[in-house]
Amino acid sequence: MNIQKFIAKRSNWTILYALFLAFFVVLPLILIGIYAFRNTEGSFTLQNITKFFTQSEALNTFVYSVGIALITTVICILLGYPAAYILSNSELTKGGTLILLFILPMWINVLMRSLATVALFDFLHLKLGEGALIFGLCYDFLPFMIYPIYNTIRKIDKSYIEAAQDLGATNMQVFTKVLWPLSVPGIISGIMMVFLPTISTFAISEILTLNNKRLFGSIIQDNIMMSDTMNYGAALSLIMLAIIAITSFATGNQDDGELNQGGLI
Amino acid sequence: MADNIMSFSPKPLSDEGCIHRAPDIPVAGHTAESSNEKAYIIEIDHLSKWFGDKQVLNDVSLFVRQGEFVTILGPSGCGKTTLLRILAGFNMPSEGCVRMNGNDITDVPPFERPMNTVFQRYALFPHLNVYDNIAFGLKLKKEDEESIDRQVRRVLKIVGLTDYEERDVDSLSGGQQQRVAIARAIINKPQVLLLDEPLAALDLKMRKDMQMELKQMHKELGITFIYVTHDQEEALTLSDTIVVMNKGRIQQIGRPTDIYNEPVNPFVADFIGDSNILNGIMVEDHKVQFMYQEFECVDEGFQPNEHVDVVLRPEDIYIMARNANAMISGRVTACIFKGVHYEMTVVTDRGYELIIQDYNMFEAGQEVSLIIKPNDIHVMHRERLYNVIDGVLADSTHIEMLGGTFECEPQTGIEDGADVKVRFGFDDVELMDYSDEGDAVGTVSFILYKGNHYHLTVTSENGEDIFVNTSEVWDDGDMVGIKILPQALKISKVE
Repeated sequence: MNIQKFIAKRSNWTILYALFLAFFVVLPLILIGIYAFRNTEGSFTLQNITKFFTQSEALNTFVYSVGIALITTVICILLGYPAAYILSNSELTKGGTLILLFILPMWINVLMRSLATVALFDFLHLKLGEGALIFGLCYDFLPFMIYPIYNTIRKIDKSYIEAAQDLGATNMQVFTKVLWPLSVPGIISGIMMVFLPTISTFAISEILTLNNKRLFGSIIQDNIMMSDTMNYGAALSLIMLAIIAITSFATGNQDDGELNQGGLI
Repeated sequence: MADNIMSFSPKPLSDEGCIHRAPDIPVAGHTAESSNEKAYIIEIDHLSKWFGDKQVLNDVSLFVRQGEFVTILGPSGCGKTTLLRILAGFNMPSEGCVRMNGNDITDVPPFERPMNTVFQRYALFPHLNVYDNIAFGLKLKKEDEESIDRQVRRVLKIVGLTDYEERDVDSLSGGQQQRVAIARAIINKPQVLLLDEPLAALDLKMRKDMQMELKQMHKELGITFIYVTHDQEEALTLSDTIVVMNKGRIQQIGRPTDIYNEPVNPFVADFIGDSNILNGIMVEDHKVQFMYQEFECVDEGFQPNEHVDVVLRPEDIYIMARNANAMISGRVTACIFKGVHYEMTVVTDRGYELIIQDYNMFEAGQEVSLIIKPNDIHVMHRERLYNVIDGVLADSTHIEMLGGTFECEPQTGIEDGADVKVRFGFDDVELMDYSDEGDAVGTVSFILYKGNHYHLTVTSENGEDIFVNTSEVWDDGDMVGIKILPQALKISKVE
């Protein structure tokens, strides 16, 4: 009887998830926090943090990563917005085949796709490196840009467009004054799904540049893997998390709850 | 359309088609040629529109005068919104043209048309506040800030929303959003304001208030209003002119009082206000027979013994306690209090059911007598006396029509495969509950109660309408099987 009551109460169902989150999200975060402020002997220090801001290698890599992520995001917006716009026009995409084709690559593991990209570049006798890296990142993350924008545009009431035309807006003005502003939530959603994960990418960059160009994710990985620099790696992770948190908070605040409207799926 | 007899075209108007009676001009003798053409701001000329193979507008013609309040009234799916969208430029007509001030504007895109629309669900831009929504049109015209500012304040005052400039449109109530939508349209000083069921989303009280305000605004602004609604009361309240539409065709154009008192066909009589519609025979001028009795009336110009439809408005029938000398007597079967009046159902001794509205109450079961005065009888030409359908003779005993195959009596002198016209009476059709029991399938699309039987319009699968008399009760939208007595089918070859 008591067990039945326990199960019937829906709030009790969350206990399992709470435990899971505590062990696999909260606890690791705390550990990262602890490790970041300790030296190899285990005593408290701020050295790991100051090292990042003083040592040029990590800082440079970070700036470089942000640069690559920015380029990738801009390219994804430039390619993704028109694609999403076309997809949202239901007359052009009867049956959803086109949408499926855009999403199809997402079914395949990112590493596989990166390896395939390497093979493709080899086949075409193209040099691997920065260009290949940006190509690969765009290829990997484009669907994450298209989908939220597609969802946002699709939900824009057609009567807004007609209202704008009715009030004297040309097709160009309909786009700049109505369609674009209304699709901004989707774009922000897309940016968060492309820009942030790109900064911390490491496997893709290593594969596509033959380990010549290193992104911030690689630096963290290198440090974490070795026991004597593990604390520094933890500090780098913490710094990245902080930056991601700040940017998400900033973009999230900017358009309130509307972000949810354009979310993925 | 199978035949002229089959269609719902308003006979008295069909020849002149596009004639529009303006309020100040008497009906008789008024034609497009005889009136001053320049007074028309909008001329809709033989407009037809197909969506795929579905025809939503069928040869619609309408002239609108400068400064007029025209309401396009009809049930949902009658084509009224499509007509408005063609006027606004969102849809292209398949045939015909639209002229404004004499210039053909059929191909002019919406943003170049000097008219503005108030949309059904307002379509206020959610990313802009009230001020920017209203200023949208003027900003596109690159007017200077100060002038925009002044005009926004002016229209906000007109719609009664002073000091709402900075408000988010989502934070407004339905009525307020409606006002913003109107303000956003009228600030552009359109020559014509198009309104697509603007009050449909408001509650009754708010709707009544807004109706009065709209009427007032129309008076003050002097803009031509073209207003689409399915609400007959709204149309009667607001309009200078009402255009009644059904199934893509204009049924009647006229002043509200004309439409109410002189409906041209049962559809209009049934759609505008409550009515009793009965079969009758016009014996001679001023003498009409219905409910097995002869009545004096004021109508004339009918053939002797012409079959007609008789309209009696419920409020025009006088009801009193049973009186041996009265022409009509009966018994009250239901009585409902409607606020101002009582609505009673009376079944006459001869078996006709009539709806009567009166301030005096007669309870169910009471014996009553009725008086109908000559002035209150409205007689309409009957649109059709029998069904006429196009078909193909499959073999000598079968005929293909209405999307099915029907049995008929052996035909001689018509070869197989010939195109034929098939005639049959309204009473010869039997409707079956299950669509597979009939020879063809149809949907009940219009129901008219004629006092002692129902006159149904049944639309077959291939889109043709047949008319059926029945005493059984069907609902609008019912799927039915259609069966016709073989001996009732009168077949003639199409030459």
